[in-house]
Amino acid sequence: MNIRISLQIAKTHLLTKKRQTLIAMLGVTFGIAMFIVMISFIKGVNKFLEDSALDATPHVRIYKEITSNHPSLIEEANPTAFNVIHHQLPKNELANIKNGLQIVANIEKDPGVLGVSPQIGSQVFFNKGPIPVAGQIAGVDILKEDKLYSIKRRIKSGNMEALLSNPNGILMGAILARNLNVKIGDKLTITTPTGNLKLVKVVGIYGFGIQTVDGVRCYANMSMVQEILQKDKSYVTDIHIKMKDSQAAIDYAKVLKNQYGYQTQDWAEANSAFMTGDKIRNAMVVIVSITLLVVAGFGIYNIMNMNVINKMKDIAILKATGFGGKDIVAVFLIQSIIIGVLGALLGLMIGFSLSYLLSITPFNAGDFLDVKTFPVIFNVKYYMMGLAFGVITTILAGYMPARKAAKIDPVAILRG
Amino acid sequence: MKVLSASHINKYFYEPEKFQVLKNISFDVKKGEFLSLVGKSGCGKSTLLYILSTMDTDYEGVLEMNGEKLTGRSQDQLAAFRNEHLGFVFQFHFLLPEFTVLQNVMLPALKLGKYSAKEVEERAYQKLKLVDMESHARKQSSKLSGGQQQRVAIARALINDPTIIMGDEPTGNLDKKNSEIVFNIFKQIAHDNHQTIITVTHDPDFAKGSDRIIEMSDGQIIKS
Repeated sequence: MNIRISLQIAKTHLLTKKRQTLIAMLGVTFGIAMFIVMISFIKGVNKFLEDSALDATPHVRIYKEITSNHPSLIEEANPTAFNVIHHQLPKNELANIKNGLQIVANIEKDPGVLGVSPQIGSQVFFNKGPIPVAGQIAGVDILKEDKLYSIKRRIKSGNMEALLSNPNGILMGAILARNLNVKIGDKLTITTPTGNLKLVKVVGIYGFGIQTVDGVRCYANMSMVQEILQKDKSYVTDIHIKMKDSQAAIDYAKVLKNQYGYQTQDWAEANSAFMTGDKIRNAMVVIVSITLLVVAGFGIYNIMNMNVINKMKDIAILKATGFGGKDIVAVFLIQSIIIGVLGALLGLMIGFSLSYLLSITPFNAGDFLDVKTFPVIFNVKYYMMGLAFGVITTILAGYMPARKAAKIDPVAILRG
Repeated sequence: MKVLSASHINKYFYEPEKFQVLKNISFDVKKGEFLSLVGKSGCGKSTLLYILSTMDTDYEGVLEMNGEKLTGRSQDQLAAFRNEHLGFVFQFHFLLPEFTVLQNVMLPALKLGKYSAKEVEERAYQKLKLVDMESHARKQSSKLSGGQQQRVAIARALINDPTIIMGDEPTGNLDKKNSEIVFNIFKQIAHDNHQTIITVTHDPDFAKGSDRIIEMSDGQIIKS
């Protein structure tokens, strides 16, 4: 087999039918371009959603689970007996983690841990005037919290450090502040579930870009929250942990659970809705991409098939003058490969241009998400995949007509 | 010296029903012979030619060329044999329309790979000169007239200096003047180059001018 001569014949065939070649190429180009745009955009959306969800959630959260589902003492003592208990009430249980600050100090020593922030969380009402607005208050050591969630970067107005010098200051979520119509320096009252009141001052307004945070949460000093809940200085209800490697957090959560006996929740569990959405979007990318490529493949198959039928006489002549089956396969396969590679390369370029245009298109998601343009990821991996898909599809689509060409019986054609 | 020997060739068509086209055909061809196969339509002469051409392998009997037994070889081996030892000229002057005259002539030699591309081009010019077509070398082959195309086809058949050149009614589609040109080229090839020529023809003048006539009827050789 002589590849150079097959290549020359293939080239001549492609160049004499320029329009046909171009149409076949555009089929691949369109498929690959759409594949690139789709995958870059959907992966970008996934990454963006994941990042914003992860930014606002700890990698591991340690907390105490409070339930009233306890078996009665009688049932524990006499499990087989027929016990009748009326109106069992749960015992008073504190929501705190015992030795919470000690646990924090221990976890901080782990080299895989980026930061640990103890917190006291509580439901509260914010009163400015007569109307109560429900929300949450988190008593934190703001410097530790900043290490986990970069609070400083998210401050829209005011000052994070002002919290340190102002024992009754709070940092308020941007949406909550808008709903309450408060600004920096404004004072408002908070009411705890147990009915305690406290006058606080807004010293900063922050925005995570996530409605479920910005619309409900306020940060305050730990001591102030302990005070309004009437608890002691060691009272801690949650421990938030950020790891250096988010994947390691899933296992670390289990370790902590066994070690300290408290409930733990990792980020994947906390964001399972996001993760499911992620999977569905990824599946969608695969399905749509395969569809596009199959359509492009059929286009090439069709054109190459027509090409072989049109070239029956030429094939018979080539065979009569001594070209073997492999030469003929090479002639037509090379045509498909050229169409595939050029089409795919053009597709990558168009795909990149469209992705770029999309990535600079302004997009206003309102308060729900903190995003200014469409999120798009540019990753060489997707471009390699597109090229590989394009070339493989065209080889498959081109091989069948090429093999058919090789099997043509020259006698039947030459005899007329 | 014999260059081709066919012995006891039988061939059947199965559609629409089994029918014996060639009946026990045996003959030899000598080197440098200009042979014409004649006979009425349907007598099997074209069928015989395509068996001799090695393109049709569905027959009984034994075919030898250049002292090599060709019966039973694979398609790719036969293609390689044709490339080196056989040249073809068909009735409808089958040139590749997208290629230039020169490229058409060069292709079988490039496939053979015996000479460099530059030498092949030189040889192609020589062959085109032989058929008086060298001035058209750079033209697209589809732009030539029928007679001109047939002459290019002969140049192509000659490019690898084959032992045998086969023609399926090479003048069937040509006017008298062009037929004469083609006939004279064949005659020259056979007598000057000592290459063997086997043609199927309906043209009585053409047959009369050749060295030897094999006449066929109903799948048998009746006069040799």
